[in-house]
Amino acid sequence: MAAKTPAARAVPSPLEWEYAPAPEARDVVSLEERYGLFIGGEQVAPRSRKWFATTSPSTEEHLADVALAGARDVDLAVQAARGAFEDGWSTLRPAERAKYLFRIARLIQERSRELAVAESLDGGKPIKESRDVDLPLAAAHFFYYAGWADKLEYAFPNRRPRPLGVAGQIIPWNFPLLMLAWKIAPALACGNTVVLKPAETTPLTALIFTDICCQAELPPGVVNIVTGDGSTGAHLVKHPDLDKVAFTGSTEVGKAIQRELAGTGVKLTLELGGKAANIVFDDCALDQAVEGIVNGIYFNQGHVCCAGSRLLVQESIAEQLVTKLKRRLRTIRVGDPLDKNTDLGAINSRMQLDRIHELVAAGKEEGAEMYQPPCRLPEKGYWFAPTVFTNVAQSSRIAQEEIFGPVLSVLTFRTPAEAVEKANNTPYGLSAGVWTEKGSRILWVAERLRAGVVWANTFNRFDPTSPFGGYKESGFGREGGLHGLEPYVRFDR
Amino acid sequence: MSRIAVRKTYKLHIGGAFPRSESGRTYEAEGQNVARASRKDARDAVKAARGAFPKWAGATPYNRGQVLYRLAEMMETRAADLGRSCSGRREVERAIDRVVWYAGWADKLPQVLGGSNPVAGPYFNFTVPEPTGVVAILAPELPALDGLVSRIAPVIVSGNTAVVVTSGTRPLAALELAEAIATSDLPGGVVNLLTGYRDELAPVLASHMDVNAIDLTGAGDETAELEVLAADNVKRVVRAGGEQSPWEISAFLELKTVWHPVGT
Repeated sequence: MAAKTPAARAVPSPLEWEYAPAPEARDVVSLEERYGLFIGGEQVAPRSRKWFATTSPSTEEHLADVALAGARDVDLAVQAARGAFEDGWSTLRPAERAKYLFRIARLIQERSRELAVAESLDGGKPIKESRDVDLPLAAAHFFYYAGWADKLEYAFPNRRPRPLGVAGQIIPWNFPLLMLAWKIAPALACGNTVVLKPAETTPLTALIFTDICCQAELPPGVVNIVTGDGSTGAHLVKHPDLDKVAFTGSTEVGKAIQRELAGTGVKLTLELGGKAANIVFDDCALDQAVEGIVNGIYFNQGHVCCAGSRLLVQESIAEQLVTKLKRRLRTIRVGDPLDKNTDLGAINSRMQLDRIHELVAAGKEEGAEMYQPPCRLPEKGYWFAPTVFTNVAQSSRIAQEEIFGPVLSVLTFRTPAEAVEKANNTPYGLSAGVWTEKGSRILWVAERLRAGVVWANTFNRFDPTSPFGGYKESGFGREGGLHGLEPYVRFDR
Repeated sequence: MSRIAVRKTYKLHIGGAFPRSESGRTYEAEGQNVARASRKDARDAVKAARGAFPKWAGATPYNRGQVLYRLAEMMETRAADLGRSCSGRREVERAIDRVVWYAGWADKLPQVLGGSNPVAGPYFNFTVPEPTGVVAILAPELPALDGLVSRIAPVIVSGNTAVVVTSGTRPLAALELAEAIATSDLPGGVVNLLTGYRDELAPVLASHMDVNAIDLTGAGDETAELEVLAADNVKRVVRAGGEQSPWEISAFLELKTVWHPVGT
């Protein structure tokens, strides 16, 4: 390194760049002190008489009290959904059904700033992501499926699609409103009614969504929201009057749900965990690949089931790539989710932070080398610096288990065949990435990857028209696109 | 002096070969001693099916269609034997026509079940159906031949490989079919046939961690326990197969969506 000259000092390294705080205004969200359950079109106090607090993971500040639905509450919600299904929703002219969904899409767009801020407050994700990804995609999802409502016979020629009935839906905490949209939009478009359980740590946007349902004048009971914890979800899955269960979450819970529903004939879709390989060949556009790797694993703090958490890099460029990647990591800004310059927000909960710590400790123990850029983490709240492990063995826990945090494991390969074999060497099969400028190689690799979504020279892209879902233990059924309708219909023939 | 007939020994069909059960056991069905497959045989069959999967799934759809069509040809030449093993000539004809019908689907699935997706951004995005992997099939008791064929054909036409528990009481149709399969150019291991006791074999396949999907058509109403086992590795479960249709094929397919940027 050359000695520091005054000129060099005048251009500080990215590390030293000072950013003025650029906080998004919080006052666009006015939270109630307490949120009841949304059953039959109105907020009701839980029969369980239990409430729990939802807090901000970035400040540990108490945001609101939320009802904890018990078995009786879940039963009332399912009854309300059944009533609404039989009393008009399933026989409503599909073109009219569509218009309710179009209304909801528009209302989400209109209230997107409020919802984005609430999402970042409650879940800890950077405002630029909730504002630019979660919210536009959630609105687009309703808009897309709205259009399907009166066109289902064209999606399933010769099959006479019919609604199933009542759907019980359980969603995770990583994309709270977006996952709600993924679940509710196709269900309603196909003429079903729903009981949805938001994640324990992120109920707020679903509760604001209940207000949107009212503003849209959606018939009471078509959408019911039951907040709570794992026990609420268990009550919902066990309810005998469901026709459909859709779950997004961990593979462990997904298996338990599949067992629970064995022999019942309830239609099931599962979108579960992943351990995606992001394969980088030596002929890739290296700087673009580095951006893709960063987006692949640090997007939404790595709380993404399809995150590119296993970097498979061709041996000949491994050193160069890792050097570039480490340099890039130093520019990632960790901190206040509501700051518009923040790249990496808060870890969603204490529990999740503990899980990340546990797996990172295991990685170190198993001999992998850890790198974290120097960064100041806030004192309050739950935080984890962006992390890269090199020298990771295939068998290491950090190469096999889903960490669901901002932690990347780097492995190497020599030949395309070896890359594919390593990529597929996991019980999961949700997503994968491939980086090369050679078209034939992209298609060769994409064909052989056992994963439901393959991103070539890009990563973590989502669209309502694009089916999403896994192979193997990452679940079954697809969400999004024409293929996302099938889980919500039965066929007369 | 009249000639003494050379009788057939009824054995399993695993990995393209005709082994006895490794257990040495047989049971009597339709007046014959038929191999009674063991749990180990079931595991061996899964191994053979997994081994055959990459090549069969990687074959061109045109090729898979032709191989299935050749299976129909081989069945036609064995129609008399097959007819004696099931309810007769008409069932054989139904089964043969069914194989021909499914053969024609091999190179049409991506166009009917996949497509390109108009995403809101500069990306080319398409979805293609792919085989799910190794499929376990509990074939129905009856019709002995056509019931079996109606479950196997939609599974393998897309590139899956199959481990089939045949009809327990009427296994000879499957064992005649095995002769056609063995001469059809279907690579060894694509269709593996196990005769024996369903109660003994089904749980092994339902819980096997290297089986991707299970067809419970032959399990009747008693599927709950098998479905519980199937959750061990999130198997795709078909509770009861339906009429001949492309949806019988799609039940054993995955959908893969590929994104690539568009730009200069």
